[in-house]
Amino acid sequence: MGSSRSSLRGVPDGQQLLQETGCEPERSGRLGWFCLGLRSEDLEAELSENPIGDRIVGAFFQPGQETVDFPSFVRVLAHFRPTEKNWTRDGVQPEPANSRNRKLKFAFQLYDQDRDGKISRTELLQVLREMLGLQVTEEQLQSIAERAIQEADLDRDDAICFDEFRKSLEKVDIDHKMSVRFLE
Amino acid sequence: MERFTLLRMRTNSGVICMIFVLFLCCTTGKCKLQETKPTNSVSLDTVKPYPNDIGEPQPYPEEEKGKLPVFTMNYSRIQIPFEFTLWILLASFSKIGFHIYHKITIWIPESCLLIGIGLIVGGIMYSVKEEPPAVLSSDVFFLYMLPPIVLENGYFMPTRPFFENVGTVLWYTVVGTLWNSIGIGLSLFAICQFEVFDLQDINLQENLLFASIISAVDPVAALNVFEDVGINEQIYIVIFGEGLFSDAVTVVLYSMFAFLANMPAIDSEDVFLGVARFFVVGIGGVLFGLLFGFMAAFTSRFTNRVREIEPLFIFMFSYLAYLVAELFAISSVMAIIICAITMKYYVEENVSQRSCTTIRHVVKMLATISETLIFFFLGVVTITTVHEWNWAYILFTLLFAFLWRGLGILVLTQIINPFRTIQFNLKDQFGLAYGGLRGAICFALVFTLGDTINRRNLFVTASVAIIIFTVFIQGISIRPIIEYIKIRKTNKDLNTINVTIHTRTMEHLLCGIDDLCGQWGHYYWKDKFKRFNDRFLRRILLRDRKAESSIVSMYKKLELQNAIELLDTTMGDISAAPSLLSLQDEKKEASRPKKKFKATDIKKMHDILSKNMYRIRQRTTAFTSKHSLPDDSQTREILIRRHASIRRSLRAESFREQPAQNISKSLRYYSLQPGGNLDSALPLRRRSHAIPEVDRLRSSGVSPRSSSRSLIPMSKLNTIEERRSPVEASVDSTHPLEPSSTEDHLDEVFTGSRVRGRRAPVPAARRRGPNRVDEDEDENVSEGQGEERHLPPRGWAPENRDLGANEAGNSLLRPSSLRSQRSWKT
Repeated sequence: MGSSRSSLRGVPDGQQLLQETGCEPERSGRLGWFCLGLRSEDLEAELSENPIGDRIVGAFFQPGQETVDFPSFVRVLAHFRPTEKNWTRDGVQPEPANSRNRKLKFAFQLYDQDRDGKISRTELLQVLREMLGLQVTEEQLQSIAERAIQEADLDRDDAICFDEFRKSLEKVDIDHKMSVRFLE
Repeated sequence: MERFTLLRMRTNSGVICMIFVLFLCCTTGKCKLQETKPTNSVSLDTVKPYPNDIGEPQPYPEEEKGKLPVFTMNYSRIQIPFEFTLWILLASFSKIGFHIYHKITIWIPESCLLIGIGLIVGGIMYSVKEEPPAVLSSDVFFLYMLPPIVLENGYFMPTRPFFENVGTVLWYTVVGTLWNSIGIGLSLFAICQFEVFDLQDINLQENLLFASIISAVDPVAALNVFEDVGINEQIYIVIFGEGLFSDAVTVVLYSMFAFLANMPAIDSEDVFLGVARFFVVGIGGVLFGLLFGFMAAFTSRFTNRVREIEPLFIFMFSYLAYLVAELFAISSVMAIIICAITMKYYVEENVSQRSCTTIRHVVKMLATISETLIFFFLGVVTITTVHEWNWAYILFTLLFAFLWRGLGILVLTQIINPFRTIQFNLKDQFGLAYGGLRGAICFALVFTLGDTINRRNLFVTASVAIIIFTVFIQGISIRPIIEYIKIRKTNKDLNTINVTIHTRTMEHLLCGIDDLCGQWGHYYWKDKFKRFNDRFLRRILLRDRKAESSIVSMYKKLELQNAIELLDTTMGDISAAPSLLSLQDEKKEASRPKKKFKATDIKKMHDILSKNMYRIRQRTTAFTSKHSLPDDSQTREILIRRHASIRRSLRAESFREQPAQNISKSLRYYSLQPGGNLDSALPLRRRSHAIPEVDRLRSSGVSPRSSSRSLIPMSKLNTIEERRSPVEASVDSTHPLEPSSTEDHLDEVFTGSRVRGRRAPVPAARRRGPNRVDEDEDENVSEGQGEERHLPPRGWAPENRDLGANEAGNSLLRPSSLRSQRSWKT
């Protein structure tokens, strides 16, 4: 397959991309054969059955962009590399894309569509609605969302900010849940 | 209390079923005993007149001659079809019986139950000293029973995951089966050399033959468990494909070894010829399959006037593929599978909805009948035939079967892992190895061994032993073992609600990313095939290549279905009201004091979440449950909801000013390639040919977005006309077209929609009650007046990317559906 042989040459800013994301374009060249940009309908077609498919697709596009090109695509995918254990925060290098923090941030942004830094009750309700079957009544949804906010909301502003989000997931193995194995 | 009585009723009916079943067997058995009597009396009557002519004295001739028999029984005439029907009925009743006790089917695979019933029936027959009907001869099996099973395998195979993993699947199947057969055969031959086991008369060819028979895997039970546990798609598709193709490979090997077994000696030239023959057979099968598949697809292009016999073409062409391949002694199983795969895509686009449903149902039905009969037969034969039990042979067979399969999987995986993007770890390999149960094909093949094999009974016994062992022991234990090795670390009750929700979101996210990565890995070939497909194949094989035939027709069908459902069910309108509710609540929340939740409430919440959250990877399971049609309710819900939410946002957005950038972005969401089958009425469309389709759609002014389920604000026509300009502007800005055509179309749209602009019937029982509907109406009316109704930004924020301008999109489907209703002769 020709795609597997695409090298750094074919990719603009290949070196920089490698540094930023840690993905080798050769390896991840197998992912794509992007001459032009991807449009969202291409991605959407793939994720039509995913309940949060449109949110996932939206995360690839910067606001105002209509297509995503290869570097952007890889930058997003870089979030899903398994976390390196021995990365230490030394303040000099920018945080790599696949650190736990960045992964959580990515997940947070799936909820927080209007980018105001908080997950409001309505946003949470919407995600819940998308993810639950039709047998769940509205009252039940409301109670679930209410409870979720109650648990996580520490500063009583009726919304979940990123720190609260992170805190509520501190016991969960994010690395396992948000890594795709082959992106190494 | 009510539940108790219900359970009792169900147990009662289950018991009644069982009793009836047993009764049926007894009558079948007894019938044969009595059959001789009536025929005797009949023949007695007919024989008598002849002695008359000869002049012998006979007693009371006048009385015997003229009588018209009022009541006779002629069993022998109907015997064969009668018994056949009774068998099938028996099997079907037992299936009903299983499903009444739903919990049984979770723990015990259906094949187990069928064999069990067969054993019982066999026991009864044995006790009344009956012979089982001698129907399972080689011809009957190969010509009548095997084709439906493999047709179903091919027809319901998920093509996209399969083709993405086709290398792996073929590798495991072909090389794996070869490895197994040769390994087991050679080891058994080695064992036979020991004098103490008294097996020396079995030569190498016979051992190889036997080994090839028992290498056929039938992983249905394993698949069911894997689905429920949520194993990843890769393993799933490998096992599924393996089950599919191992039939083909085994039959080929079987015929080869059978031929060899009859030859006195083998030299190396024969081995070489054997290998060559293998390839010829395989590739020939594929070619024949393609040929007949295309013929069927082409024929279906012209059948729009003879809708009633459309399914017939499918079955006849597949069967023809099978028979012609048999004629040339090439792999008929491969031929029919490839035929089914090829023709399915094109045929499902050409035929009508009803034919599509009919085809699917009949395919499933025939396959179920066939397989059930085979398992049944297995049970009966186990009890009633002459067995030859040889401890050594049988135990060693079991041992070697496990050993070689395990080794085989290990070695094969090591070789192929470097070539795969998603690699198999040890747990996966264990799942693969353990899931290799033997099944119906194995039994049928061994039963049809000719009598030239002198230890045939031993082989039959050994196969039956293996099948029963694997199906019962492995089949029942696979679920606990798989669940054990993938043990969950956290008890869900200890999780907070937050964690549950968020982890599920992340799972969906990961699943989505995985899909995207998987998708783009093969884009190159897919793109090429897609182009070839569009340019040549579709033009020839499809009746109407217009946009109508794919996305729009899908939406048409969806609409029709929605319309029907709206009348039938009370699923309710999930579109407008929830958002309104949240809007209302938003205002109320600030004032409401914080609710306290009791522990029971929280427990209930966890229950709700765990029961109702959509599972990931539903796609594979939609195709593979062997004993039922694909279940797509989850997919359907998701897609309908997406429709609704997009439409909702359309309406919301259409009343606001649109920044210019949103218009171009807005035309993005053309999604909803239905992965699953929407109630078997919609063809399977997993192709990404949506994109050129969509362009065509856009050019014809139809937006491929639909859903009629929401309430459509149809109150004021002038407001809609007002909105025409932004609509046109947006459509025109993205596509340089004659505005006139778009206008006409929109015109038609709006008048059409006005004509049909009733609201959905109120009794669609909302969860929120009728007062909401009124509020909705008011809302829409007031919005229609152009009032700057302030909708909370956060509530609509997720959809502000969506198309606001093309609000006509939701009703653009009307004219097409009007047209479609005319053309539909259903």
